[in-house]
Amino acid sequence: MRSIYIARRVISELVRDKRTLAMMFVAPVLIMFLMKLIFTQSATTSVTVATVGVDGQVRSALNDVKHVTVQKRATNHSAQKALKAQKVDAVIHETSANHYTVTYANTDATKTSLVKVGFNAALTANGIKTLKQTTTKLSQTVTQMAATLAKVSPQAAAILKAPQAKPAASTKITNHYQYGDKDTGFFDKIVPILMGFFVFFFVFLISGMALLKERTTGTLDRLLATPVRRGEIVLGYMLSYGILALIQTVIIVLCTVGFMGVEITGTLAAVMVINFLLALVALAFGILMSTLAQSEFQMMQFIPIIVIPQVFFSGIVPLDSLASWVKDISYVLPLTYAGNAMTQIIMYGTKLSGLGLDIGVLLLFLLVLTALNVRGMRRYRKV
Amino acid sequence: MTEPLIALKHLQKRFGKQTVLADVSLTVAGGEILGLIGPSGAGKSTVIKTALGMEVADGGSAAVLNTQMPNRQLLGRIGYMAQDDALYEALSAEENLRFFGRMKGVAKADMATEIAHVAAVVDLTPDLKKAVSGYSGGMKRRLSLAIALLGDPELLILDEPTVGIDPALRRKIWGELHKLRDAGRGILITTHVMDEAELVDDVALLLGGKVMAYGAPSMLEAQYDVQTIEQVFLKAEGVA
Repeated sequence: MRSIYIARRVISELVRDKRTLAMMFVAPVLIMFLMKLIFTQSATTSVTVATVGVDGQVRSALNDVKHVTVQKRATNHSAQKALKAQKVDAVIHETSANHYTVTYANTDATKTSLVKVGFNAALTANGIKTLKQTTTKLSQTVTQMAATLAKVSPQAAAILKAPQAKPAASTKITNHYQYGDKDTGFFDKIVPILMGFFVFFFVFLISGMALLKERTTGTLDRLLATPVRRGEIVLGYMLSYGILALIQTVIIVLCTVGFMGVEITGTLAAVMVINFLLALVALAFGILMSTLAQSEFQMMQFIPIIVIPQVFFSGIVPLDSLASWVKDISYVLPLTYAGNAMTQIIMYGTKLSGLGLDIGVLLLFLLVLTALNVRGMRRYRKV
Repeated sequence: MTEPLIALKHLQKRFGKQTVLADVSLTVAGGEILGLIGPSGAGKSTVIKTALGMEVADGGSAAVLNTQMPNRQLLGRIGYMAQDDALYEALSAEENLRFFGRMKGVAKADMATEIAHVAAVVDLTPDLKKAVSGYSGGMKRRLSLAIALLGDPELLILDEPTVGIDPALRRKIWGELHKLRDAGRGILITTHVMDEAELVDDVALLLGGKVMAYGAPSMLEAQYDVQTIEQVFLKAEGVA
């Protein structure tokens, strides 16, 4: 019962702190909007390539590659000058037959790889064309030979049948997307993890600060000088910040779905459950860390130690290609499990029942941290 | 009053290697104010924390209201006021009072009368709706005392209640404390304002974790053959 009163007090304190409230609700939306702008922009890079002495067929094949524009230059010198002047992003120079020297500006890795991939595609396309022509010529020769042979011996001609060159059907590729569409990019992939990250970050910081303030102003001592249970204080904080995390999640979800066009395959309720759970873990973490901090500034110092590693290792950056010991780090971070669960729900529509492991680990985190907190408050009161 | 409200017997407390309380025995009866004086670091706060059950003594016994401390339930019958104001600044005075009232276990039906009563005692009735952040230092101190008075506790434990308070207000607070004493409440108070030590019924002089002198102010003055408690203090410390 006292927990509810503590929760109500925490909330009414927060409601009067308009700036903190705005930070919790507006900042994530603003940051996500900016990230959307940035990551969407880089997804449609286009490059200009200068060619010197490159075969016309290759050139037109390269020009056909999306987002690649080809400029023909007479000399290597003028091409290199254009590269220096940042007018082109790469120079392809055919030094002798089928020997190419490619110079990249390489100021943007995306552009460099686009040129590489585009040039390879162009060469392959050209190769197929040449091959086709050769095959056609070959089959003509065979037909001629057969005709000559028929005059000599009709039987042999029957055996030597011209290999029928199949009419080259123009290849057409139709793409299907399991999630999103052709515009689905890096941003959509990180949205679920980002959502969890914001909940974690703000709840961790604000609740940690709030409890630290209770300790430094002496209200915690005064609270503990009443018959309240230590567990009731922790529970009261959990209730209030849990509710706050829910509101934050709703705002983030509405904004990402409404303005940024992110698609949520699973149910919103499932997203809320995971975020609520994550908020409780973040809160327990924040309270625990606040006992180790002497001031609000020291609380801020936990950001690079507790919060930032979670960004790197929780799956925002793909970890598949990293060394296994690096991946092992992610297993001790709560955001990994929340991020994974959120990705499953948002991108694959997985139900909560299918996320037993993630939910279980989060609950375990919560249980251990809460027990530590209730225990840790013994420092301030022995019963 | 026969049963003492606080009975500390031969308390000992160590933090690591440092002995904070060597041997402290004190009693506070109903209708009595016990003043705990002593220099900073003498162990006054530790005595208070042990009486509240926030710390556990390493030796001796601490009985409060006939119960061994620490005891959580008992805290509802004790009014505690710390050295710092310990208020929620974003909330109004009334909200602070209501919150701590609930924590203390004041019944819902009695809450309004209880708040009105303590606010009247410390003369804050007109300012109840104001946010505490807009209060002056003296008002905060009074509100802090009002919170300690919530629930009409049998025992009050006040840690430096008049620190940073102007003389007029200090006199008013002492007037209240005397009224409470006369109503049969027991009060344990720490102070290092020496003239305040004249206003209590018994003085305990704490020095180096030991009670150096203990008795009525007039008795101590006679014992040390001096005029004021301040001189008793200096003499006991060996300065004069």
